[in-house]
Amino acid sequence: MMSIDYTDLIPNNVELGADRTLQRALEAWQPNYRNWWLEMGPEGTHDLDIYLRTAISAEPSGWAQFGHVKMPDYRWGIFLAPRDPERAIGFGEHRGQPAWQEVPGEHRANLRRIIVTQGDTEPASVEQQRHLGLTAPSLYDLRNLFQVNVEEGRHLWAMVYLLHRFFGRDGREEADALLERRSGDTDNPRILGAFNERTPDWLAFFMFTYFTDRDGKFQLCALAESGFDPLARTTRFMLTEEAHHMFVGESGVARVIQRTCEVMKAHDLRDPAQVRALGVIDLETIQRYLNFHFSVTIDLFGADQSSNAAGFYSAGLKGRFEETKRADDHVLKDRVYPVLTVADGRLTEHEAPMLTALNEVLRDDFIRDSHGGVARWNKIIEKHGLPFRLKAPHKAFNRRIGQLAGVHVTPDGQVVAAAEWQAGAAHWLPTEADRAFVAALMGRVVEPGRFANWIAPPPVGINRQPIDFSYVRFD
Amino acid sequence: MRDNAALRPIDPAPAVDYQTDPSRYRHWSFTVDGPLATLTLEVAEDGGLRPGYKLKLNSYDLGVDIELADAVQRLRFEHPQVRTVIVTSGRDRVFCSGANIHMLGLSSHPWKVNFCKFTNETRNGLEDSSRDGSLKFLAAVNGSCAGGGYELALACDEILLVDDRSSAVSLPEVPLLGVLPGTGGLTRLTDKRQVRHDLADIFCTTAEGVRGQRAKDWRLVDALAKPAQFQAAVRSHALALAGASLRPARATGIALTPVHRRFGSDRIDYDHVAVAIDRGRRLATLTVKAPAEPQPTTAEGIHQAGAAWWPLAMARELDDAILTLRTNELEIGTWLLATAGDPAAVMAVDRTLITLREEWLVRETIGLMRRTFARLDVSARSLFALIEPGSCFAGALFELALACDRSYMADRPGDPAAPVIALSPLNFGPLAMVGGVSRLTRRFYGEAEPMEAVAGAIGRALDAQTAVALGLVTAAPDPLDWADEIRLMLEERASLSPDGLTGLEANLRFCGPETMETRIFGRLTAWQNWIFNRPNAVGERGALTVYGSGGRPGFDWTRV
Repeated sequence: MMSIDYTDLIPNNVELGADRTLQRALEAWQPNYRNWWLEMGPEGTHDLDIYLRTAISAEPSGWAQFGHVKMPDYRWGIFLAPRDPERAIGFGEHRGQPAWQEVPGEHRANLRRIIVTQGDTEPASVEQQRHLGLTAPSLYDLRNLFQVNVEEGRHLWAMVYLLHRFFGRDGREEADALLERRSGDTDNPRILGAFNERTPDWLAFFMFTYFTDRDGKFQLCALAESGFDPLARTTRFMLTEEAHHMFVGESGVARVIQRTCEVMKAHDLRDPAQVRALGVIDLETIQRYLNFHFSVTIDLFGADQSSNAAGFYSAGLKGRFEETKRADDHVLKDRVYPVLTVADGRLTEHEAPMLTALNEVLRDDFIRDSHGGVARWNKIIEKHGLPFRLKAPHKAFNRRIGQLAGVHVTPDGQVVAAAEWQAGAAHWLPTEADRAFVAALMGRVVEPGRFANWIAPPPVGINRQPIDFSYVRFD
Repeated sequence: MRDNAALRPIDPAPAVDYQTDPSRYRHWSFTVDGPLATLTLEVAEDGGLRPGYKLKLNSYDLGVDIELADAVQRLRFEHPQVRTVIVTSGRDRVFCSGANIHMLGLSSHPWKVNFCKFTNETRNGLEDSSRDGSLKFLAAVNGSCAGGGYELALACDEILLVDDRSSAVSLPEVPLLGVLPGTGGLTRLTDKRQVRHDLADIFCTTAEGVRGQRAKDWRLVDALAKPAQFQAAVRSHALALAGASLRPARATGIALTPVHRRFGSDRIDYDHVAVAIDRGRRLATLTVKAPAEPQPTTAEGIHQAGAAWWPLAMARELDDAILTLRTNELEIGTWLLATAGDPAAVMAVDRTLITLREEWLVRETIGLMRRTFARLDVSARSLFALIEPGSCFAGALFELALACDRSYMADRPGDPAAPVIALSPLNFGPLAMVGGVSRLTRRFYGEAEPMEAVAGAIGRALDAQTAVALGLVTAAPDPLDWADEIRLMLEERASLSPDGLTGLEANLRFCGPETMETRIFGRLTAWQNWIFNRPNAVGERGALTVYGSGGRPGFDWTRV
């Protein structure tokens, strides 16, 4: 048995040094994780020194330690938000009982499934983004990409900790499987469809981090309410990191818009073709990317009527967004919720039992939240005196899951015939030509302080460093 | 004319019709490619047989299974070159999630029992085909496969599971619903696939099931294939299975034309079968008629007759009559089985069936007769054969009498109109019960002396006294006694508890050694029916009742 300084190797606040079960599991898993990172992590980056934030404790002072580090040597840690010894289960049929510190056998399978599904998205997004480093528009953006990547890696660790610590042999097998699936692999895909799509370019990356990581935020918020206290505490700490990812997305899209508007205003242009000719991304294309990422992401919340969601809630496993702030009975037995369906060719709302509509509740919370960023993006356009406005598409647009799947709805919410929808799709969703155009703009910029033509610099640097700071060192 | 209303079904919903054809399918479709057919499940969510539930995730109800039974039947008769049927899903990542739970939650107990019985018979029918050298079945499990979905796969000869790291096979009935995988699931795990019982215990209490290599290691599936190789693997497994089928390489099928039915007031009249319902006495008389015309004796002649060939037409009609009565006439507790016509005509057909039994269409017809008669054995109705003047309980049709709980033969010595019965080789194996033994073997416990005696009587016209002496009928009242004897017997029967009778009859009919099939009906289904009736499943807080609502079941923890 090697003697390992666990705290040094794996920063943690779970007393890893004293937990033989966890040590045994992690000793076997950690080398496989490292191999996975070397094989499937960001391409061609293993020797780069990157200015990264590392969490070394869950204290406010400890979770944001900055310094240059090579990613394979990154100290992925295990942190749970501090425990509240008084915490009670806040919803469902166990409401009011003390939160569980161990997994109740009754809920073992469902909790494991929830954790595995969440855990699977973390390495998946690293895999989806692994080629983006080759086309980063600046060192600042390259560093942000890598920060997102290592934190997704840490989120994987967080889920693996739960599997190793609380789920015995099955948990260890599931943790291994998280390293064996591959995003986009036909034979061996990641669990959720959206996590098997490539992230082909930086506009897609920013949209992904704005919308899809926001799905992550809402899922984590719902899990942060869990009656299984270690899951609640783990996800609460993950949320501090998720906020940064959404910042990367929102500010990234904002800077693309900023740059486009600057060029449009300077040359007094409106025509997308003329805008493109000047090497920036036209607002219409941005709108189509927005439509795509928004609609694909809201599918991630699952079917609008879900007995699983009802069961998870009643059992106290997964709550609603901001469950504890809501003023209702937190049992929801007789509550109803409006759900959108199509009847006689029209979208209509009907009332469904709220328990089985909880996916829809969370989806609607997400939609409200995501509209905020769109409004802030429009402020930039407005400030440049341009009439164009971005708009999140209708909830029923381009859906693949639930009752709205297979219904043809325009971004404005009009139900149309299939042929009409197919004809409109090229105006609503990114075309091959759009993607080719955006891809053609992508080219690596590695001089400190320089930015690709299609994106504006950020207003401030990372951790109060200057914009031209060497966020990534190549030597 | 067709008049469903005249049937006055007990169930408040419209009567269930078991007749369908591919132009009316909503859930299944099939394609044929040389020796392989692909039978694809893509359930229409809004296509439930009854209102109130959606058939999500390729879950099924009786209507879906009626199509399955019809599709398999058509492949048997209309596509003789097909040797292996690939059963698969047309949906992404879902093979089949089993019987629809909301449908079960909304269904009455008799509906659930009847539904399970029919689905069991269909699955037994797949195995019956395979055993008989007819169609082989490959379950191409291309997505998650739960509950009744896995039970369907279990009824196939082989299960090929896609190894995509998420598709699992599972029997989640106990952990999710508090009931059993009651359509053969438990029994096929053990008796057919010989899964170790402790591993089966884990499997059946793990809602998410088992996937990949472990599923193979535990014998839950036969083979795995990665998604990219899946189609190729399906094809090669299906072709390998095809080698064991006796079906012809080149042959032309016959069209299963619609069964002729006329619904009348308390009657259904088919070409060769008649059903008359006496509601006052809660009994139905099923009369099977011998062929009135000479029947073909050569393969060519039989093919020319097609679906009109008497044994085939008769079996299809009797099948429909049994299913219709079982589903739509719940209070008609006694069935009198009668025959009408010339016994010699039936025996002539028997000779053709025996002589040409290796011919594919004859083999399929005998198979259909076997499976149809087997429905009688598991019907929860009191069955009595009345062997009267003008009847033709000969050969294959004597199986109807053998299937009954009791048989009464009119004893009329010296009367030229006195009924006779006759045995043919068909009574000694080809029309075996689901347990694989003939009804004669069941009747005499396979004892040598009576079996030799009845074998010696093959081909002879047997009068009532001889039939009694051979043990082939229960009693032989003379004309003075007949009317009162039968009346009293029927009135007495009608007064007994229907539940007691169901249990009694099932126990006595399946006497002798158990097989996988008898265990499915006698142990698995019986336990399931008990559980289905218990508050822990169907009470206000029963697991089946609250499933999907988000509510958690409240159990009475008493172990019974």
